[in-house]
Amino acid sequence: MIPAVVAQILLLLFVFFMLLNSASVMVYAERKIAALIQQRYGPYLVGPHGLMQPLADIIKLLFKEELRPLAADRFLFMLAPVISATAAFAAFSVVPFGADTTLFGLLEEPLPLVVADVNVAILVVFAITSMGVYGIVLAGWSSNSKYSLLGALRSSAQMISYELSYGLALGGVLVVAGSLSLREIVDAQAGTWLGVIPRWGVVTQPIGFLIFMTAGIAETNRAPFDFPEAEQELVAGYHTEYSSMSFAMFFLAEYVNMVTVSAVATDLFLGGWHGPFLPESFGWIWFLVKMSALLFFYIWVRWTLPRYRYDQLMMFGWKFLLPLAVVNLLVTAAGVLSFVG
Amino acid sequence: MSGELALFYLFGGAAVVASLLVIGQRNPIYSVLLLIASFGALAGLYVLLDAPFMAVTQIIVYAGAIMVLFLFVVMLLNVPAEAPIDHVELHEPQGARWLGGVLAVALLVELGWALWRVVGVDDGRPVADAGQLASVLEIGRVLFQEYAFAFEVTSILIIVAMVGAVLLTRRDSGAGS
Repeated sequence: MIPAVVAQILLLLFVFFMLLNSASVMVYAERKIAALIQQRYGPYLVGPHGLMQPLADIIKLLFKEELRPLAADRFLFMLAPVISATAAFAAFSVVPFGADTTLFGLLEEPLPLVVADVNVAILVVFAITSMGVYGIVLAGWSSNSKYSLLGALRSSAQMISYELSYGLALGGVLVVAGSLSLREIVDAQAGTWLGVIPRWGVVTQPIGFLIFMTAGIAETNRAPFDFPEAEQELVAGYHTEYSSMSFAMFFLAEYVNMVTVSAVATDLFLGGWHGPFLPESFGWIWFLVKMSALLFFYIWVRWTLPRYRYDQLMMFGWKFLLPLAVVNLLVTAAGVLSFVG
Repeated sequence: MSGELALFYLFGGAAVVASLLVIGQRNPIYSVLLLIASFGALAGLYVLLDAPFMAVTQIIVYAGAIMVLFLFVVMLLNVPAEAPIDHVELHEPQGARWLGGVLAVALLVELGWALWRVVGVDDGRPVADAGQLASVLEIGRVLFQEYAFAFEVTSILIIVAMVGAVLLTRRDSGAGS
């Protein structure tokens, strides 16, 4: 028997290492899927089918020289990647990824599969993600380079514009579920209608799901919204001046953020760990499957769509996505009031 | 209890020190960052008060959204570090200092009066209601029913301020077009 505190700490370490791992898996998947889409082989030389490629990438990054521009603000230049990476990891801490488990009788009390069970979990994710933008903005400013600064300015404008739609899309789900706790939102999606249609958020909130995924791509700075690092215009955007491990931390943060957004979307819209065929204790397999599908979608979108123009991004965010999100929330609230409340 | 008290002094102290350092910085970027740190410490205090919703809202609205705008503006203007004051010729009229002094004293007296009034305040609500008061439902009810008028008036005020700011900045280019 393992005491609850030890189990909690072990879970914390497990989640941390799985997130670290997920970044390298994502790097490999991204390169392989990109290759598939572009009819190439992708990484093939390091290990069988290039499986050791992420390891090689990490070793390469570790042994690069750490450079710092002479005119950079030293303290903030060092701090920025740390903020980015910390925010990325911290956001996942309130995301539940499975039902309570005793690990087949190994534990006395069932352990919830979430690092920190907070009753305002979804807002905590939102708050921590909004802190992540400081990493990018400070990186851009402290580098003292025009490309970095432009990348950072674009990033903060983009984040502010899309955070609103992102939050309003969340609002729709919260109104339907009547709770701010991710655990309760997932449990509200258990079961089916008429035996076939799952009670998932994506069924009750299809428009909310689309808004959430679109804004999520913008929030994580992925193509077609990758303006902060648009390489054809800004060299590498906010991380132009970064090298070696501090660059790797931004890289890590980007992939962990993708995993977090996909995990949150799974919990909010795809029924979390609920699914047919598998018993409750194996629900995490469903969670992984759904999350991987969303991550595949992310990569697929990146290698399919070209980057928007910056004014198109702003037009789309403010004149289309935001009004749509407002209407969606209003209609949802009216529906809940008239049918449920 | 003692752990909670220690945390209270930690967050309270951090908030006060960070706020004081905000006005002591030469570089406005650091001022903005310290203000964010101060908001973070305040959010910690809200958590200690069993008001997690308030804490998270504090982070999302102030530290997350408003301060990003501040940082955005500071970066856009690229304000250099402030020069020491003794090399700058002071142009303000003599009366300004006196007026400022009087206003500062008035503010101090008001603050003292407000603090004195708050001590031992009892509005009839039982203390156990604190957790209830902080729930999302209760906040929503109070905000949109009891204080609905103040809430709506505030939003109009903010819109007026925004429209005014846009109008002021567009005055020159508007004349040409």
